[in-house]
Amino acid sequence: MTAAGYRMRDWEAHPPLLFPDYKSTVLRAPTKPLVPLKHTLSELTGPVYGHERVGPLDADLTKNGAKNGEPLGERIVVTGRVLDEDGRPVRNTLVEVWQANAAGRYIHKVDQHLAPLDPNFFGGGRCVTDDDGRYRFYTIKPGAYPWGNHHNAWRPNHIHFSLLGPSIATRLVTQMYFPGDPLLDLDPIYLSSPAGARERLISDFSIDVTEPGFALGYIFDIVLRGRYETPMETPK
Amino acid sequence: MTMKQTPSQTVGPYFAYGLTAEQYGYPFTAIAGGKVADELCTGDRIHVTGRVFDGNGDPIDDAMIEIWQADSEGRYLHPEDGRSSNSVFTGYGRYGTGTDPQNRFLFETVKPGSVDGVQAPHINVILFMRGQLSHLYTRIYFSDEVEANAKDPVLDTVPEARRETLVARREDMPIGVVYHFDIHMQGEKETVFFDL
Ligand SMILES: [Fe+3]
Repeated sequence: MTAAGYRMRDWEAHPPLLFPDYKSTVLRAPTKPLVPLKHTLSELTGPVYGHERVGPLDADLTKNGAKNGEPLGERIVVTGRVLDEDGRPVRNTLVEVWQANAAGRYIHKVDQHLAPLDPNFFGGGRCVTDDDGRYRFYTIKPGAYPWGNHHNAWRPNHIHFSLLGPSIATRLVTQMYFPGDPLLDLDPIYLSSPAGARERLISDFSIDVTEPGFALGYIFDIVLRGRYETPMETPK
Repeated sequence: MTMKQTPSQTVGPYFAYGLTAEQYGYPFTAIAGGKVADELCTGDRIHVTGRVFDGNGDPIDDAMIEIWQADSEGRYLHPEDGRSSNSVFTGYGRYGTGTDPQNRFLFETVKPGSVDGVQAPHINVILFMRGQLSHLYTRIYFSDEVEANAKDPVLDTVPEARRETLVARREDMPIGVVYHFDIHMQGEKETVFFDL
């Protein structure tokens, strides 16, 4: 069969596998070069999840973990478009998020940060993009939290994003940051992505997305790998 | 081409309640887990299990393995393919290495058929973990497919001495057929990862 493959991962955007300032990479990065793989049907396909897998509260993190009240913290709207490299919307694709609560604490069992859990905040959510490639979450602005990478290490406020896209080649896990955060320039995970590219991880504050009397708005667009224009022959 | 790719960032240590919630016992449904095929799927039922080892040879307890595979007839549930012939088979699984006492990943699935009649049966793997800034791709081939593996065009591009790292070892156990596939990030047995 012939089909247009996906463009390669842009290593001028993505972090290197070994980045010693982020200490855990030292024992976990492969030492041998990646082997190039010409796309076959295995790489041109991937899991497809539509609206049927998403519950009504999944995109509202201010409600999906609520037990007896509202979660604490600054309520925000996070929205944006998932696009490919040609600027085309990636429709009907799953966007999954997880994050710390307003105090910088994850619900995860191994998070030992001495900050309180919020009984009304879980911190996980998901939605499916619409015909314009748009997603939208209500949530609470996550707090910064300390980690053990180096002396006085703190992660900047961030929301983790996981995207499937149309094939396994477009799979992406990333993090969204907030504008003006003084911790960004001290954070090896943010700094691992090359300058000129990492700035794309910072969301924009938007007064137009902001809902009066309710929630501040942030826009975070995400660009997945696009396809080559010309079909190429898959290995026979 | 007008837009630039969004950089990857690590999945971090706390992905479990967002991405593999049911497996870890959190009150949030997961879109995929370790059970990829249920009893209604046709094909040979198999288990695929293994561990992920760091450069010290220690098993990693905060990795997430995703698998993507064709059904027993070699078809993917995807518009690019002719759709899966097994209507209840998604071909997609996710498993974190933090719940098993030995830090294994554990998939129950069916053995995939040959994709496009050319490639040897294989399972595509996407690997994530704390300490990994961009995800990695590898493939699981099967030790009882010697002939097909010898003709596989992807294995053919891998240096011969390293092909073994992509072949899961079959063991017939009381629970059924188990394929063992360990992933080594570094060292003599370093797994082959693909740039795709
Ligand atoms: Fe985090």
